[in-house]
Amino acid sequence: MNSDPKLERIAKGNALALCATGTWTASFAPVLERIVADAEKLAGSPQSIFIDVSEVAKLDTFGAWLIERLRRSLTKGPVEAQIAGLSANYSSLVDEVRRVRATTAVDSGTVTITGMLEQIGRTVAGVGGTVAGLVDMLGAVLAAWFRVLIHPRSFRLTSTVHHMEQVCWRAVPIIVLITFLIGCIIAQQGIFHFRRFGADIFVVDMLGVLVLREIGVLLVAIMVAGRSGSAYTAELGSMKMREEIDALRTMGFDPIEVLVLPRMMALVLALPILAFLGAMAALYGGGLVAWLYGGVEPEAFLLRLRDAISIDHFIVGIVKAPVMAAVIGIVACVEGLAVQGSAESLGQHTTASVVKGIFFVIVMDGVFAIFFASIGM
Amino acid sequence: MTGEMQNPIIRVRDITVQFGSTRVLDGLNLDVKRGEILGFVGPSGAGKSVLTRTIIGLVPKVAGSIEVFGVDLDSSSTSQRRNVERRWGVLFQQGALFSSLTVRQNIQFPMREYLRVSQRLMDEITMAKLTMVGLKPEVAERFPSELSGGMIKRVALARALSLDPDLVFLDEPTSGLDPIGAGDFDELVRTLQRTLGLTVFMVTHDLDSLYTACDRIAVLGNGKIIAAGSIADMQASQHPWLRQYFHGKRARAVMG
Repeated sequence: MNSDPKLERIAKGNALALCATGTWTASFAPVLERIVADAEKLAGSPQSIFIDVSEVAKLDTFGAWLIERLRRSLTKGPVEAQIAGLSANYSSLVDEVRRVRATTAVDSGTVTITGMLEQIGRTVAGVGGTVAGLVDMLGAVLAAWFRVLIHPRSFRLTSTVHHMEQVCWRAVPIIVLITFLIGCIIAQQGIFHFRRFGADIFVVDMLGVLVLREIGVLLVAIMVAGRSGSAYTAELGSMKMREEIDALRTMGFDPIEVLVLPRMMALVLALPILAFLGAMAALYGGGLVAWLYGGVEPEAFLLRLRDAISIDHFIVGIVKAPVMAAVIGIVACVEGLAVQGSAESLGQHTTASVVKGIFFVIVMDGVFAIFFASIGM
Repeated sequence: MTGEMQNPIIRVRDITVQFGSTRVLDGLNLDVKRGEILGFVGPSGAGKSVLTRTIIGLVPKVAGSIEVFGVDLDSSSTSQRRNVERRWGVLFQQGALFSSLTVRQNIQFPMREYLRVSQRLMDEITMAKLTMVGLKPEVAERFPSELSGGMIKRVALARALSLDPDLVFLDEPTSGLDPIGAGDFDELVRTLQRTLGLTVFMVTHDLDSLYTACDRIAVLGNGKIIAAGSIADMQASQHPWLRQYFHGKRARAVMG
């Protein structure tokens, strides 16, 4: 049924006929393009030219366009080229194609040095915008919070509880497992290296201080940023894409109050709980390894732990948790609400949410470290 | 391939589709003839979209067989199936344009996958398709999120047509369009069917479309085809839902 397309040149007296035969469809497009490019060289010949398509077995948009392209380029010469022998079936298709305007070549963004420098400049300038956006969101959330304090009935308890379940309750197994393992690793490494100078028991001091002050809360915050921050961004972003947030606004609801505040509340409540559970799991894991690998009896471990740490260490750790939660939540919500219409944009903002969330968590941790050092805690 | 000309382009036999314990399609039979525009109607939730998606292969069926272009889609090899998929185009209800690609890239996407064509020809064909569906060439560099509802439908149709398919599935092509836009769209489908020799399988709610665009109408109810035939057959039918549908207030308004 399908036969190779051809374009034969037949001189008919004064005129030149180009007889198209075979299947002029998309599957033969490479051959067709070559044939047509070949025939286009005839442009400028003084003879009048007919493109005879009566023998074409099958024609589709690709074939019809190529014939039209040929006709156009031949017409540039002194005489006009004609299409002849169109069957009724195909004439409407050729007519349709004839209406197509010649295309302008599209500049597909070439990479230049200046372009790259411009991109870097824009990114750096965008950092200021990021900080401004975060402060803006913080203000909006606080304003919504005060509104809720004045009218407690407008607080969305159901939504908050739902998000608590998502970010707190459902996160417990993975958080406990990972912090347990980290506790084990710290204890093992500590014992392995301290044993060389007979300071095995000091591994308890290290574990206690490290886990309660730093690792417990920092690790949990990073995991929450990856787990819940990304979820917040994706949820809000897809709601933004489907105009759900616009719908809320037109119904007279404040998206900050309805969507952002319950999520923020859930996160601020969840992170201290998770950080506490994480610290306990890490201490337990460390104690277990100290006993089984280092031979430190549980009673000795607990006695040493009581001497090594004070309530200050615990407070220093746990005080950071809500602040880090707020940072993660604000970054996630800002990114979520910045999503544009495409799936790609959703992906970019979700990535940005996690990366920025973790970055700011670590920056906050540094700020806290300086603060607590200067007040002597 | 012999005898493909006479045989129906889609042959659906005893299709049963079940979601949990609810049976959506129950032993459904349907033929779509070559070159016709089949309008597919039925009450909301009757399973019109489910049938379309079952034929395309997006919804698994419990029983029955589907032949498209004479190829049984269950027993076909991967290459046969790809060959069938290359010959059909689908217009989804929401357009389903790739949101991170421009209109031009959306239309060229199937071409890049299936054909070895130069960029210049692809660009020119894209413009031809845009002209065919009644859009200006300027639209080509826009992203789907920057288009209106009607434009999205048109671009989606242009993408469905990008490989010059023999068969197109249109899922509620005129829903969400204004009456003039919907009328234009019906006209467009008719013109394309004439010029490209398409077979069109159109799920619709739009009475105007049924009157102006469709050659034949099939009605879905209780998981089966309850009637199939011309618009005159539908009007003559005594089935209660059909009577209500074709003799209701809106139908009378359409018939003028």
